[in-house]
Amino acid sequence: MHDKTLSELAVALEAGEFSSRELTEHLLARIERLDGDLNSFITVTAEQALAAADAADAARAAGKAGPLDGLPLALKDIFCTRGVKTSAGSRMLDNFVAPYDATVVERLKAAGTVSLGKTNMDEFAMGSSNENSFHGPVKNPWDPTAVPGGSSGGSAAAVAAGLVPAAMGTDTGGSIRQPAAFCGITGLKPTYGRVSRYGIIAYASSLDQAGPMARTAEDCARLLGAIAGHDLRDSTSVARGVPDYTEELEAPLTGLKIGLPREYFGDGLDPEVEAAVREAVKVYESLGASVSEVSLPHTHYAIPAYYVIAPAEASSNLSRYDGVRFGHRCDNPQDLIDLYERSRAEGFGEEVKRRILIGTHTLSEGFFDAYYKKAQQVRRLIRQDFLDAFEEVDVLMGPASPTPAFDLGANKDPVSMYLQDIYTIAVNLAGLPGISVPAGFVGRRPVGLQILGTHFAEARLLNVAHRFQQATDWHRRRPAIAEENV
Amino acid sequence: MQWETVIGLEVHVQLATRSKIFSGASTAFGAEPNTQACAVDLGLPGVLPVLNEAAVAMAVQFGLAIHAEIPEVSVFDRKNYFYPDLPKGYQTSQMYHPIVGAGEVEITLDDGSTKRVRVHHAHLEEDAGKSLHEDFHGMTGVDLNRAGTPLLEIVSEPDLRSAKEAAAYLKAIHSIVTYLGISDGNMAEGSMRCDVNVSVRPVGQEAFGTRAEIKNVNSFRFVERAIAFEVERQIELLEDGGQVVQETRLFDPDRDETRSMRTKEEANDYRYFPCPDLLPVVLDRAYVDHLRETLPELPADKRARFEKELGLSAYDAGVLSASREMAEYFERVKDVCGDAKQAANWVQGELSGALNREGLPIQHSPVSAEALGELIARVMDDTINGKAAKQVFQALWNGEGASADEVIEAKGLKQVTDSGAIEAMIDQVIADSPAQVAQYRDAEPDKRGKMIGYFVGQVMKASRGTANPQQVNALLKEKLDALC
Amino acid sequence: MALEHAEVMRAASLARLGLNDDEAARYVDDLGRILAMVDQLQSLDTEGVAPLAHPLDATQRLRADEVTETNHRDDFQRCAPAVEKGLYLVPRVVE
Repeated sequence: MHDKTLSELAVALEAGEFSSRELTEHLLARIERLDGDLNSFITVTAEQALAAADAADAARAAGKAGPLDGLPLALKDIFCTRGVKTSAGSRMLDNFVAPYDATVVERLKAAGTVSLGKTNMDEFAMGSSNENSFHGPVKNPWDPTAVPGGSSGGSAAAVAAGLVPAAMGTDTGGSIRQPAAFCGITGLKPTYGRVSRYGIIAYASSLDQAGPMARTAEDCARLLGAIAGHDLRDSTSVARGVPDYTEELEAPLTGLKIGLPREYFGDGLDPEVEAAVREAVKVYESLGASVSEVSLPHTHYAIPAYYVIAPAEASSNLSRYDGVRFGHRCDNPQDLIDLYERSRAEGFGEEVKRRILIGTHTLSEGFFDAYYKKAQQVRRLIRQDFLDAFEEVDVLMGPASPTPAFDLGANKDPVSMYLQDIYTIAVNLAGLPGISVPAGFVGRRPVGLQILGTHFAEARLLNVAHRFQQATDWHRRRPAIAEENV
Repeated sequence: MQWETVIGLEVHVQLATRSKIFSGASTAFGAEPNTQACAVDLGLPGVLPVLNEAAVAMAVQFGLAIHAEIPEVSVFDRKNYFYPDLPKGYQTSQMYHPIVGAGEVEITLDDGSTKRVRVHHAHLEEDAGKSLHEDFHGMTGVDLNRAGTPLLEIVSEPDLRSAKEAAAYLKAIHSIVTYLGISDGNMAEGSMRCDVNVSVRPVGQEAFGTRAEIKNVNSFRFVERAIAFEVERQIELLEDGGQVVQETRLFDPDRDETRSMRTKEEANDYRYFPCPDLLPVVLDRAYVDHLRETLPELPADKRARFEKELGLSAYDAGVLSASREMAEYFERVKDVCGDAKQAANWVQGELSGALNREGLPIQHSPVSAEALGELIARVMDDTINGKAAKQVFQALWNGEGASADEVIEAKGLKQVTDSGAIEAMIDQVIADSPAQVAQYRDAEPDKRGKMIGYFVGQVMKASRGTANPQQVNALLKEKLDALC
Repeated sequence: MALEHAEVMRAASLARLGLNDDEAARYVDDLGRILAMVDQLQSLDTEGVAPLAHPLDATQRLRADEVTETNHRDDFQRCAPAVEKGLYLVPRVVE
């Protein structure tokens, strides 16, 4: 059961091979048995999950089941979930039971999916290794000495370990694509504005975007269809029709023009990762695609620009955690300043504080133009690079990360950690969609192929990823933990 | 040394929207604490703002009313600081691209002269909540019902030169926003508040002096008093060889003084940057044109029309156009009675007197504009005399009838102009007053004019006030003189 | 741009983050290196480039002025650290 994709599970449920309750119970048992060590969940909502499974089974019995009814999944702990602790991986919100549902959660519930719980993450989505969680690090299911990636590390690990067939993540600088690559699953970051941000605890508002993480592109297509679309509660969500993302999956790739950005194959790229990616590109050539080299000349400015814009927005977004209306409050505050300073000092972890301080500093008087305004100008140049490239080619391909999953504790220095996101971060600045699909291994550790498209080209990306998954079996490989029977 | 006062005002006007600027929570005043603070107003994790169309429309209407430029694009910025009544740790405001550009407001001074005051810009922002300091075991209670109420902040240039000018400017703004119906202008409930920047400089000096900002002044009177105090304080300080410190001060109406707000910490650095949760607001020309076409007639235009077309004095025109309600009432009275001057006299005389005695605003007048107009018409067509008119007015005020005609009828106040009937009453009075008649007869002819008053009074009394006084006078004189 | 200890303390104060001396020293070092990395931006000529605040060139949609929210005070205050009579309590604010 736990090895199946969402699409396969949907068929099995419909055929009556097992019920949603049986499936849910099975997965809850696996979580119970296997997650203690993996640490991919912060909160398991067994009771609500079983109730939802029963409701889905009843709907099916009544002949009213929709395509996602009864399918289990998990939610990154950044999605506000009514009546359930929503901590964003922070001590600050460890006591926060959300009084409302995020739009994504609302839509997934309406579609009949069964949420098993909330997955671990870097605190407030700030990190690339899941080591910045108040709830402790998550282990990579392929290799317990490696990180699962971040910030949606819990979601990626839970899917890879066969605890849940799919999970929701968010991606601000690579937080869906990089952990998907590190854990050997498929993760889609949609176009900015494609999925409502309402109810998603904000890290950097102009960059954050939610998306599905699953075993196949086909599963991602099904989930994206359920969560995408305009939301009146999010001014930045786009009023644009949502296509059936499964419709174009099988379209042939003959004539597909693939661009390989020169800058994504340069210094710092692990040669084995490069080899895997180039091998994947060859598969595409065999499927009828043509390949050319393109240039994204401002690539190297993406990380510097990101580390101005994201912390600036974060420093402001995180000001609401002041110990007054919700969240952590220090004991016996002496006065107002003490209440603020101690509640926030105690509630936030080190990386969050670091980014709040950078953002506060770069926005402060005398620095704004040199940092913030400059970074926004560079942001335009970076977006233009992509728009120019998409005049020439249909999709861009490259590695999702310069290395496979690194060792837990390996990147102590913040700057070297930041540089890990070199291939994913520019996409967020430009607001583009991107997907990471499994494309090989370096030793035991998976490699992800990243495919990028122009704004709102999700259907095309899913099609390109799906055809690759029909031609290869990297996405079918499972770590030992997923094979374990409970 | 002669000193010149330089004043600039930042007026915060609460816009009369039903819901908040970025959320669907109600803006109604006076609800139980925090019952009108929704998830967005509370800044719960994950919530997002969506801009209220009415707030935008109202801001644009104001801009059009002060002949300001309306930029095509405006942008919301975040002003970052921590305070318990500011739930998100930032106020969403407009720093760099406000919705209303430069404009001007005409103010009228006591001597009837006018002056143009430049408005630098006006921008939209959200209001904060309220801190309540009554005893909660030494704690402060925070009510966020007001958080997110739309505010239009109108920033003037430092064009005002006296406390009186500042008050006149504030009144002009009040009158514009209430004319437009974009605010209830209720200063007692905080719908309009202002920050006053005051400095002084030696007459003839070009450069501005160091200014003090007096925060949150919330009445016309307080603005005048706060400025008067502050100007005196600054001049005294300078003349004693001291210096004005640039600081924020509070006006204490009980002590009639301003005092320095204790600086809570270092100078603020608000770290403004464009709010990433809101997109640029783009106003297309058709939308702005539509708002322009539907703009009501504004106080300055109305005042000019009252003077030019209705022939009212500058003073009357000013008073009657000061508020939209007053102007509308006056114009209805005028339309019903057909005489602007009579209408002006009644509205400013009898009606305003009665309203002031009872402390009622004109929109709550127990006498409707239609009834008052009809009453004036009845005086003008001689149906009633002036004395009866006051009785009719009092009766209408007391709710003793729906219309003037009804009261006139019920009380039998219709003026008697039938000379036969009047003569009969005169004959009766003369017959009943032999002593007075004798005095009259014995008096010198030039003293008789005064003595006739007694007889007029008696006749009027006999007619219960309804006799035409001119007729009574003429007939009495004739009859009494005939007896001499 | 090198970062002074005082600048970190000022940022911490603006951000209401209590820092002890050890933490402050560490952040001076971290932030200094992060800003050195960020300073690569300065080598790029951006003369005449309009800043980009949002990845899509979209404009703000306006909401009709309707009251759509009802009172959920009890729900919202369940996660509040200190409330009394419907008010959020904070240490006394001195004006």
